[in-house]
Amino acid sequence: MSGVRVLVGTRKGAFVLSADGRRERWEVSGPHFAGWEIYHVKGSPADPGRLYASQYSGWSGQVIQRSDDGGQTWETVGNQFSYDGTPGTHQWYDGTPHPWEFERVWHLEPSLDDPDTVYAGVEDAGLFTSADGGQHWEELPGLRGHDTGASWQPGAGGMCLHTIILDPGRPGRMFAAISAAGAFRSDDSGQSWRPVNRGLQSEGIPDPDAEVGHCVHRLAMHPSRPDVLYMQKHWDVMRSDDAGESWHEVSGNLPTDFGFPIDVHAHEPDTIYVVPITSDAQHFPPEGKLRVYRSRTGGDEWEPLTSGLPQQHCYVNVLRDAMAVDSLDSCGVYFGTTGGQVYASPDAGDTWAPIVRDLPAVLSVEVQTLP
Amino acid sequence: MIRVALPSHLRALARASGEVELDISGPVTQCTVLDALEARYPTLRGTIRGHGRGPRRAFIRFYACEQDLSHQDPHSPLPEPVTSGAEPYLIVAAMAGG
Repeated sequence: MSGVRVLVGTRKGAFVLSADGRRERWEVSGPHFAGWEIYHVKGSPADPGRLYASQYSGWSGQVIQRSDDGGQTWETVGNQFSYDGTPGTHQWYDGTPHPWEFERVWHLEPSLDDPDTVYAGVEDAGLFTSADGGQHWEELPGLRGHDTGASWQPGAGGMCLHTIILDPGRPGRMFAAISAAGAFRSDDSGQSWRPVNRGLQSEGIPDPDAEVGHCVHRLAMHPSRPDVLYMQKHWDVMRSDDAGESWHEVSGNLPTDFGFPIDVHAHEPDTIYVVPITSDAQHFPPEGKLRVYRSRTGGDEWEPLTSGLPQQHCYVNVLRDAMAVDSLDSCGVYFGTTGGQVYASPDAGDTWAPIVRDLPAVLSVEVQTLP
Repeated sequence: MIRVALPSHLRALARASGEVELDISGPVTQCTVLDALEARYPTLRGTIRGHGRGPRRAFIRFYACEQDLSHQDPHSPLPEPVTSGAEPYLIVAAMAGG
């Protein structure tokens, strides 16, 4: 029988949650790398045994781990992330120039077809790639070197490149998103980039046509329809129907359009999920009710999903990389909270149950669908 | 033989238990001790100091013989009790983090 493997990164280690296709009974493995912050763990689409993990500590900085057996054993690989050439400066919070400094890897995106090729989105915002399974890393400098790069400013959480999406239908096309610079697209395998932020309206940016400076929290794409992109911005849920050339708002009847994650149903490209959060100052669900909102119309019309989720006294957050979907016949949806719960829905969000309740704060959730 | 004590999170990363013992030919300095440590345990590269003999990471400290050596010249000789193996060279995770 097919199964799923949920890869959870937390403030104090990684956890691997496994179940068969019914997704009722779970085995929990971990903590792996106990005590370290695990920003992200993701498996290779080309080889489900191959996993990459971003491991970080304030004492000792960045470490990258690789597994070839689905997370049972791990090998420490390369952790040297050196910006290409003379890094230069970006803008600091006070508007002064600040040297580009590598801090950590936020997101690891394995290639769609080569287990040894993987991309890393880092803070300060840059894009790196490895072609040897993570042993050696090289920057793709065209992104950070874009004409606007020197004007990028960090968001409250740091200037992180947190989203990397590879277009399965158009080799060479990829998307990246940076807080707080915006969304970017490459059509030449990451060699050159341009901002794709037309239509975004951001409080605090007086120019409605500002090319960069937007606090994009997350992008999502359905692989069967790669020109349609969804975005959870700092405020506003947005949609593009032309691969980012233009965006329009689809927040519709959401109780608040602030939030972090956004994801797409595995089999229904118009079915999307967000977790509304009260505001930028109050990073918890409105009214203390943890509600996932689902749109079956590609946005604008949203319904709350509450069955099995706490509907009182709930003040957790769901971070940008902490939601994922599996591709079983009945699409499973998963998310983790800063309170340490990982919730699963085996029926596309209709009902939810916690897999685990008491992990450290969850930073990321990914899922692998296994044969 | 030089004895090196690692903080627990680096012992786990290096898969080392207890103190690490290193043989160093030539001058015994903080720099050559770290060179030998990183050669024995490549997974520690970049976690104590920057790659390529880079600067000490901000929240890592070096002690020996009840002295804080963190700000001393990394190329200065280490105290005799360290070079003789009587005392360990301590790599310490500063009281920071969470």
